[in-house]
Amino acid sequence: MCRECGCGESGADGLAGDPGHDHAVDHAAAGHRAGGAGAHEPHQAVAVHRSLLEKNERLAERNRGYFQAKGLLVLNVASSPGSGKTTLIQRTAERLAGRLRVGVVVGDLATDNDAARLRSSGIPVVQITTGTVCHLEAEMVSRAAAQLDLDALDLLIIENVGNLVCPASYDLGEDLRVVLLSTTEGEDKPLKYPPMFHSANVAVVTKTDLAAAAGWDREQAMANLHRVSHHAMLFEVSARTGAGMEAWCDFLVQQHAARRR
Amino acid sequence: MHEVGIIQNAVAMALQTARESGAIRVHRVRLRVGTMSGVVPDALRFAFDLVCQGTAAEGAELEIEEVPAACWCAACAAEFVCEDYINECPRCHAVSGELRRGRELELATVEVS
Repeated sequence: MCRECGCGESGADGLAGDPGHDHAVDHAAAGHRAGGAGAHEPHQAVAVHRSLLEKNERLAERNRGYFQAKGLLVLNVASSPGSGKTTLIQRTAERLAGRLRVGVVVGDLATDNDAARLRSSGIPVVQITTGTVCHLEAEMVSRAAAQLDLDALDLLIIENVGNLVCPASYDLGEDLRVVLLSTTEGEDKPLKYPPMFHSANVAVVTKTDLAAAAGWDREQAMANLHRVSHHAMLFEVSARTGAGMEAWCDFLVQQHAARRR
Repeated sequence: MHEVGIIQNAVAMALQTARESGAIRVHRVRLRVGTMSGVVPDALRFAFDLVCQGTAAEGAELEIEEVPAACWCAACAAEFVCEDYINECPRCHAVSGELRRGRELELATVEVS
């Protein structure tokens, strides 16, 4: 700390001897008024430039390295509530039987209804109940994943909390971020939630069997997805009828193989 | 409402910066928030005073620099600002997937004494 004014500026020799910095020069830069002792407001501006999410980002990188070492393909699936995340995951795991071994981490504010549904299909599931937290964080995922036998899995699907806003900011250590858009939600969702749609590697249109009933404008939806999720892979599926599921599952098998090489 | 958690991180980092600088008060916290960060500046401001209460940052000012999203257009070899989050080049109308700015969420500077 500066002995002359107590401003916290640390010099070459901060404890003993000279202040170690030139008051007129150093403090002027920090908006420091070097006037009389009474008017002295020794504020010091410290440049930090660190990410506010750095703790999560560090843990996410740790997850990614760990998952990679286990030879896992990891998906972070996000969408608004009711877009069909759980059904898509359930049907995907069932269809991949014999090709990829699937485990699931499910995030919800409350209840383990989703986990129970998945468990009924024989899929290893860990439920994270977030309480009031609107998104999953890397630390929650690492704790949940520790409860699964990862060596017995090829594909880990993380079902994020149903929310298109907050999960966009949190890297979980996934390989692919998958965003769902159901035909019943309307074709302008990508325009309304650009951060999530922009950050997605894959966009899946779900409930295509309901498209006609919902008045889904496919052309407009695809145009919107192209504008916001420009670089994302696009799939159109109906988990219920199975339409489009083949292509989606083939894609996952191929992505897993590519990461094993 | 993940803004409360984010501002808690920001205040904790500001307090840590103050301690490391040998300071005892935090007077001003300056953040850089990209328009594509998924964080709402107003929600950050709302949470800031509350989170600062009872700490060395109580009464501190929060300054938020909003960073507009900007993409790179390879065809035009130029950067453009994404109006309404649309990544379409205003010159050639090609859509770009290369976001150069707009995801920032950082603690830029802290004013301490």
